Amino acid sequence: MQDLGISILFKGVNFQRLLLGLWVTLRIALITIGISTALGLLFGLLMMSRSRAARGFCRVWLEIVRFMPQLVLLYLVYFGFARLFGWNLEGETSAILVFSFWGTAEMGDLFRGALTSIPRHQRESAAALGLTKAQINRYILLPQTARRLLPQAINLSTRIIKTTALVKMINVTEVLKVGQQIIGQFYREPSVAFWVYATVFLMYFLICWPISLLAGRLETRWSAG
Amino acid sequence: MDWGFIGSHVMDFVAGAWVTLRFGLYGVGCSLVLGLLCCLARYFRVPVLRSVAHGYIELARNTPLLVQLFFLYAGLPRVGVRLSAEACAVIGLTFLGGAYMSEAFRSGLESVEKSQREAGECLGLTRAQNIRYVLLPQALATAAPALFANVIFLIKETSMFSVLAMMDLMNVADTLRTSGGRTVEVLFMLVVAYLALLLPVSLAATFTERRLRYAGFGNQHSV
Amino acid sequence: MMEPILRVKDIHKAFDGSGVLKGVSLDIHEGEVVVIIGPSGCGKSTLLRCINGLERVDQGEIWLRDQLISGLKDMHLVRQKIGMVFQSYDLFPHMKVMDNLLLGPMKALRKPREAVEAEAMEMLRRVGLAEKAQALPRTLSGGQKQRVALVRAMLMHPELLLLDEITAALDPEMVSEVLNVVIDLAEQGMTMAIVTHEMRFAEAVADRVLFMEQGVIAEEGAPASFFREPKTERARQFLQSFTYASTRKKAQETQAADVGLA
Repeated sequence: MQDLGISILFKGVNFQRLLLGLWVTLRIALITIGISTALGLLFGLLMMSRSRAARGFCRVWLEIVRFMPQLVLLYLVYFGFARLFGWNLEGETSAILVFSFWGTAEMGDLFRGALTSIPRHQRESAAALGLTKAQINRYILLPQTARRLLPQAINLSTRIIKTTALVKMINVTEVLKVGQQIIGQFYREPSVAFWVYATVFLMYFLICWPISLLAGRLETRWSAG
Repeated sequence: MDWGFIGSHVMDFVAGAWVTLRFGLYGVGCSLVLGLLCCLARYFRVPVLRSVAHGYIELARNTPLLVQLFFLYAGLPRVGVRLSAEACAVIGLTFLGGAYMSEAFRSGLESVEKSQREAGECLGLTRAQNIRYVLLPQALATAAPALFANVIFLIKETSMFSVLAMMDLMNVADTLRTSGGRTVEVLFMLVVAYLALLLPVSLAATFTERRLRYAGFGNQHSV
Repeated sequence: MMEPILRVKDIHKAFDGSGVLKGVSLDIHEGEVVVIIGPSGCGKSTLLRCINGLERVDQGEIWLRDQLISGLKDMHLVRQKIGMVFQSYDLFPHMKVMDNLLLGPMKALRKPREAVEAEAMEMLRRVGLAEKAQALPRTLSGGQKQRVALVRAMLMHPELLLLDEITAALDPEMVSEVLNVVIDLAEQGMTMAIVTHEMRFAEAVADRVLFMEQGVIAEEGAPASFFREPKTERARQFLQSFTYASTRKKAQETQAADVGLA
């Protein structure tokens, strides 16, 4: 019985369909990571700006992201914007919008954390060597910030990839949805469901695990130095 | 905004919030226990168990809760393992949360100087006494912010219980939205409900962290 | 002569393949104070750590009276009889001084609080810290912390006390307040094994001095003869390295006689 279920997974184009679904997920994740990184660096700078208004703005943004489940934010944009502003956004667009809104704030906070974690005497001892401000930034602060930020940023990326599973809930045909279509198609063979969900589980793991390992590796290497 | 609609459905949201909170807290509680056990197994290098714990943590941290829940709820019954929606909810949240809690505990334990453990051993304490009286209190102080962050994270993740056909906040909102067409009101209530759930947790976190910082043990070397 | 309290028989210990202890044997008798000196890396701290099981010996045996304690599973029972104090004090930072003192007797020995509390108070008073009973460790000076650490170890009524460079982290002016407590203990008949770099203290407190070098005991003797005329060349050079500061002129003169300054 059970090997029947797993054989259906590789029957015809079923597995290709799953992979295509996975690609939809990954595409959303990749675009989100790109946008979040770019805007996140700006957001981080804004968080440290002298303007109270700018800092307050960031604070509110960050708190919204911290408090609201991503699923709620997705609903707000996908269903709410249509009602409120008459924008009928596609599921994929809504997802990218929401995840970038979230990722930007998180990335910005990581960036700010990395920058402020560098001990002040680093800057001071560099200044004591007679380096200019630009040189201090270029040779002392930036490399250290990057080393602290990169492992955490990579970890955030795996979180973003995992979160994309949610887009199923706003009718995007990604890997879970494709899986359910296959399950529906082969409903006569109930163990298909087991194998489909196990496969999707494994797919996510195989994507996120190496990335997490990389982040862990970088973290131990750089924190020792 | 149709306040009449909101007024007549407040109790639905209260009921939903109760489901979210209750199963969220069950999950948090079980996660803390599981996380602590995994963390201790790794810290004390217990043979076999530490590898099992490590493998589990990697698995749980690198897969989405939504997929875990579908697997538990819709996948397992097809091979003969039947679980109620509530059991799936708690198991799923614990599976995810245990891994995150374990990492938080671990960073706390690792921040305690190794010589503290030795000092406890030299007093003739058993391993359990050493954990209970010497290591854990210090580790918890360092781990508190991460633990609280995990609590908030896990309560947010309960929004996925709706796929288990549980009447949590998300599902209440979804049902009202599809039946009544009052999308804006429903979403507004949803946001308010989550705020009401998470704001107290967040305030408690800030309060505890501040107290711990002021009571600082004088061994905080890194800031 | 009486049976020794502690008997170390030809122990070996290596870290990552490099030998730190290469066959050390040692007896300590009741009431005896043994001071172990030697250059850093000679294995003296490792010897103490092996005695109370913080490190496992690779080879050899350690006996506490008639019990073989090396490689034992229930080490915590043995540790109730062997006290140890470290260079870094290691008071528990989240507990008040009194709670630090009570933890071992109440939890490991399961004594009632009242009995221990009175005794702890009395001992604190004797080391001059009675008013610090309710203080948190971080409010104490290094010398005060180390005195508390000594009291904490003594409250377990150990048969043997191991002191591992307990003044190495202290500011110079606090060294004597701690060492005076140790000399007091010695006078009360406490059996001790002490690793230290304070040569004058060593001379004052020791019944016997061991000089360790490269993982073995290179010389041993009574303090008077050891410090005045060490038998081995290495011990002589080691002792010389402590005297350069106060006898600069003399040292320069004797350099010709092949005594290194480093």
